[in-house]
Amino acid sequence: MKNTIIPFLGKKAVRLAVLLAALAVFSFILVSVSPIDPIDAYVGASILKLSPEQREIIAQRWGLNDPPLERFLRWAGRLLQGDFGISTIFNEPVSTVIGKRFMTSFWLMALAWTISGVLGFILGLIAGTRENSPLDSVIRLYAYTMAATPTFWVGMVLLTVFSVSLGWTPVCCAWPPGLSADQATLWQRIHHLLLPAVTLSLIGVAQITMHTREKTVEAMRSDYAIFARAQGESTWGVSLRHAVRNVALPAVTLQFGSLGELFGGSVLAEQVFSYPGLGRATVEAGIRGDVPLLLGIVLFSAVFVFTGNTVADLTYLAVDPRIRTGGDKP
Amino acid sequence: MNQADAIYWKPWQWDRRTRTLAQVAACLALFTTIFLMAWLHGDHGLTTHLELRKQAPSVMHPFGTDWLGRDMLARTLKGLRISLGIGMGAAVCSSILALFLGLSAALLGRKVDTVVTWMVDAAMASPHIVLLILISFACGGGPKGIILAVTLSHWPGLTRVIRAEVLQLRTSDYIRLSARLGRSPWWIARHHLLPHVLPQFMVGLLLLFPHAILHAAGLTFLGFGMSPHTPAIGALLSESMRYLSMGLWWLAVAPGAALVVTVKAFDVLGTNVKLLLNPRTTRE
Repeated sequence: MKNTIIPFLGKKAVRLAVLLAALAVFSFILVSVSPIDPIDAYVGASILKLSPEQREIIAQRWGLNDPPLERFLRWAGRLLQGDFGISTIFNEPVSTVIGKRFMTSFWLMALAWTISGVLGFILGLIAGTRENSPLDSVIRLYAYTMAATPTFWVGMVLLTVFSVSLGWTPVCCAWPPGLSADQATLWQRIHHLLLPAVTLSLIGVAQITMHTREKTVEAMRSDYAIFARAQGESTWGVSLRHAVRNVALPAVTLQFGSLGELFGGSVLAEQVFSYPGLGRATVEAGIRGDVPLLLGIVLFSAVFVFTGNTVADLTYLAVDPRIRTGGDKP
Repeated sequence: MNQADAIYWKPWQWDRRTRTLAQVAACLALFTTIFLMAWLHGDHGLTTHLELRKQAPSVMHPFGTDWLGRDMLARTLKGLRISLGIGMGAAVCSSILALFLGLSAALLGRKVDTVVTWMVDAAMASPHIVLLILISFACGGGPKGIILAVTLSHWPGLTRVIRAEVLQLRTSDYIRLSARLGRSPWWIARHHLLPHVLPQFMVGLLLLFPHAILHAAGLTFLGFGMSPHTPAIGALLSESMRYLSMGLWWLAVAPGAALVVTVKAFDVLGTNVKLLLNPRTTRE
């Protein structure tokens, strides 16, 4: 076990380093060709009040007058020392902003990820076991429709129904207005978290359901299922005692591999619910021209997705005996 | 009326092929309707009628009216047309890029293949939406930014499919035989590869539409690109956010539902064309 995991992780680390380097160059080129002037975007409507001298001071402080290559080398050099620069809109180090915002998003994403994973797996298993039954049709219709539905619209509909009409859930934010994150009670946090998490789960369920359904249908037609049935096992018995084990592993992998979509969904959901997480920070950084923060988030999200994929591979390595004995080919 | 004619008036008795064709026709009809209606409506219904503002859906205004008394149905149709245009444009560009990269990876040797495969992995490594925001920022927003952003983030999937397809074909017996019989690579590409890759490409293109439209809508919703004067469906929905707490639910529900129906229609179209083009499933 040990002698496969260490080279595996080593290879992954090299890949991640190469990837991040390429991504850093690529995204830095992109932000430097942008016609959006960071000073205009930062100052916003009061741009007319800004005198050319003040402008020059800001440009000097941000190093905007230097050629792009010089700026890139300076940025990359600091990056290697772990310094992401200062976010212009939050006036804090980028790493602090990302850390804080990510913790707020983390609970949202974790809740949505767990709900959609468990629910999606159960729905897929039911649909696959009872292939072509009315229940299967309903589940399939739901999953296909959700795949065509924009996350933000689901959020808006839920917001209208539960927050505006029924008044069960708060309209915005991650904690009651006027309090800080530490002052809010756990219940208040969950209360604010609920609707965004449900939004993400409703959408997130679709993919895992369809995938699990396909795999279950396949498993139910396999030789071992037929053999178990010949021994007198019932349909649900075959499904729960035999198929489930073979279906669970790809489902876990898929769920870990879907962190990118989860992140994307959370950007949209956070925008709808004004949830102050990393997703909203991304949007603000993009709209208000906060280049250091935007670049930091690009790199951070890549690490986030990469970690998900690596964990997915690791579960295979740890659980599936066929791959474990395979040795050098993870 | 003989029996063969009679069955056409009983959709529940149709076989799967007929049903599939009917679905394809229905989807195409839906898109034509959207484009025609948006064109016929023109600027009619977009004029402000302050005495008619904030009306709930009624017979006259099935989607209600907004805070300036504009008819939401007209605005939705216009928005859908813009979003469909952007989505289609991006999907076409993206799939052409995918075709080009997929073919080069499969045909131009190991080095190119390694580079393209690595590019696919790299492009898939960061969340779509972050890439979209970054590219749209680089273009300074606008419809051009959105099309470019969606184009540059949606090619990896189809590139993989095409590459795998061509690689598999290249090693198949009949193509090797054809080469042994003295056919030139160009002849083989035209007569043996193209008929296989083209349907894959068409289906891939069709199945890209829903993603492209949804991502374009998401990007406009977040406030990137489109100015308030070009009411793409995402911008429409993001405007309506401000009026949700005042109870103007129809501003969000109706346009969004129209978007879902349209995207779903594209999905159905893609899946059905896939069934029809695949010789194994076409007669099922």
